[in-house]
Amino acid sequence: MSGTFVGMPVFPPPAHAAFPPPAHAAFLPPAHAAFLPPAHPAFPKAAHEAVHNTTLRGNLRHATHTIRAKRAKAVAEVSDWAALREAGKQIKDHTLRHLDGYLVRLEEAVTAAGGTVHWAADADEANRIVTELVKATGETEVVKVKSMATQEIGLNEALEAEGIHAYETDLAELIVQLGKDRPSHILVPAIHRNRGEIRDIFAREMSEWGRPAPEGLTDTPAELAEAARLHLREKFLRAKVGVSGANFMVAETGTLVVVESEGNGRMCLTLPETLISVVGIEKIVPTWQDLEVLLQTLPRSSTAERMNPYTSMWTGTTDEDGPQTFHLVLLDNGRTDTLADEVGRQALRCIRCSACLNVCPVYERAGGHAYGSVYPGPIGAILSPQLRGTASEIDASLPYASSLCGACYEVCPVAIDIPEVLVHLRERVAEGGRVTKDGNKVVLKPAKGHAAERAAMRAARWAFSHPGALRTGQRLASRTRRFQPRTLPGPGKAWSASRDLPSLPAEPFRDWWQRTHGGDRR
Amino acid sequence: MSSRDLILGRVRRAIADVRQDDTPYEQAVDRSYLREHGRRSVAETVDLLAENLADYRAIVHRCASGELAATIAGLLAERAAGSVVVPAGLDAAWLAATDVTRVPDRLGSTPRELDAVDSVVTACAVAIAETGTIVLDGGPDQGRRRITLVPDHHICVVRVPDQVVSSVPQALQRLDPTRPLTWISGPSATSDIELDRVEGVHGPRTLEVVLVSDQPRADVTS
Repeated sequence: MSGTFVGMPVFPPPAHAAFPPPAHAAFLPPAHAAFLPPAHPAFPKAAHEAVHNTTLRGNLRHATHTIRAKRAKAVAEVSDWAALREAGKQIKDHTLRHLDGYLVRLEEAVTAAGGTVHWAADADEANRIVTELVKATGETEVVKVKSMATQEIGLNEALEAEGIHAYETDLAELIVQLGKDRPSHILVPAIHRNRGEIRDIFAREMSEWGRPAPEGLTDTPAELAEAARLHLREKFLRAKVGVSGANFMVAETGTLVVVESEGNGRMCLTLPETLISVVGIEKIVPTWQDLEVLLQTLPRSSTAERMNPYTSMWTGTTDEDGPQTFHLVLLDNGRTDTLADEVGRQALRCIRCSACLNVCPVYERAGGHAYGSVYPGPIGAILSPQLRGTASEIDASLPYASSLCGACYEVCPVAIDIPEVLVHLRERVAEGGRVTKDGNKVVLKPAKGHAAERAAMRAARWAFSHPGALRTGQRLASRTRRFQPRTLPGPGKAWSASRDLPSLPAEPFRDWWQRTHGGDRR
Repeated sequence: MSSRDLILGRVRRAIADVRQDDTPYEQAVDRSYLREHGRRSVAETVDLLAENLADYRAIVHRCASGELAATIAGLLAERAAGSVVVPAGLDAAWLAATDVTRVPDRLGSTPRELDAVDSVVTACAVAIAETGTIVLDGGPDQGRRRITLVPDHHICVVRVPDQVVSSVPQALQRLDPTRPLTWISGPSATSDIELDRVEGVHGPRTLEVVLVSDQPRADVTS
């Protein structure tokens, strides 16, 4: 292992690492880091750049269209898909509506099975707990199973700051980590890379982290996978501490479930002596039986398979098999704030299948990085602004990162009405209102940049409640219609450049009615 | 205040809109989805298992119980396996026809020692036809989870038809959640490079499933 560890953050993590600033400097190559804006740009700006990257668009188009077709086939095999989808929705909804009870039950069950449960209110606390647990083992390396929750809290960077190296072992996460890149898809974080780019990253970077890539490595997926196997195996075999998330937690039995394909998950979940799982509090299902629904819908929705190659389930610890020490860190980090919103809480039903990304026309063109969050795509557009709040430019722009075409809702295996939540969040951004932040009810001011829209709405409200003025205005508009411009001036220019303005009738409807039906009171 | 109390307090305030008489769990979920998809005879269910296993690149073999030892010996010989991990409770007769070095599944053996072993032979707890899945529950004839993970070649014996179910719901009913469970559907695979499926990343690159029946072979395969 080289002394210069390339995973070291370029900048130390910020003091408040809570759900780190989207384009965390640590993910970017040093050359770029110096030019980083202080915060992630709003979605339109980030997307604008991505749309002009033809390689990225080509990679994304190929990948999303491939998986889209496969998923439709996998779903069609199951004749009761609609019933399974509804049951999944009901299970998760019921759980969220009674989450306190299920959390307590889960804690009891995990503890009874030999595990230790920790509670983390935010990212900082979760990172602190995990860091202390790793330090207590005396180890300075951990192997990681791909986990959205640990990415969300910036765990790798927090560990690195304490001198603990965290190795991502999922192939796509490895590509991202070696490429000093950021993930751009929930399921396939390196979806924006093609095989040629991956080959180059492996050939260039693997030697810095451990076993170098084989000589003469080509870009065939099989050879690339083999290179990853050899590189990671030495880490698996010596690892003493594993860190994971979980797809599901069963309150009734205390069982945790991780679904995966490569076997890296099984390696991290069974070979180390200590296992630490960081899991969002919304990942609970009440009973063992509930898995029969979600284990049917998740694989078909995500990788378009009847079943993913490997699923591991563990309940606390088992004597003489697998890790003998098990810690579960239950993570809030904005989830209870999301739960407090009666419309928005349905986002917590999400089982992270990523089907919504693969069908989204906006995601396909903009790419995952434009969303400025570990949760990209339609689900990210409703999850991030709820978990993080809408104070930042990027989070205020995310509810608008959609054409509202509804394809995401169609494919969602737990029927999250993403368009409904998007519209709800747009209203919050434009109008402000009551929200919950860190458990406290606060009144949000309208976001900047919506002044014109609000002024227009105020004017409309006034006009519609003053019939006389409305009539006069309509007549005036009709009579001057020949002199009206076809494009809007000022800030409206861009909007009207790509749209036809509605043409005004020669005569207002009321006048026409009065003229043609005026005397007729039948 | 502890973070536990803080989070539980936040949860309770967040769901204050939920009425005390909210629908209880037993009635909250409509379970009218299917317990299995389609009607199949027992033989057809076994056929479907074989088909779906093969579809995900597992190599499927069928034999009568009397032929099992010879089948396993043949598979080990084909791979030129020099050593094989054996769970403590595996039926000794299964390996009676091979003289490959047996490595016991010991607590003390290190992952590196396991990595040096060529093959592993286990039984299973249940197999799911509709998804092409075998499930191990750490029983005495299956051993610790790591022995079916580190060696590159896994031979798994499924007793048909009694260990075969049609669907995921039926499998869960048979399984004990307090045991550590490993569900295996084909060998290790990845789709991380351009969403092209590649078999063989970190787990065993070759999975051979032997469907063994007490019936004479002709009855099983018809």
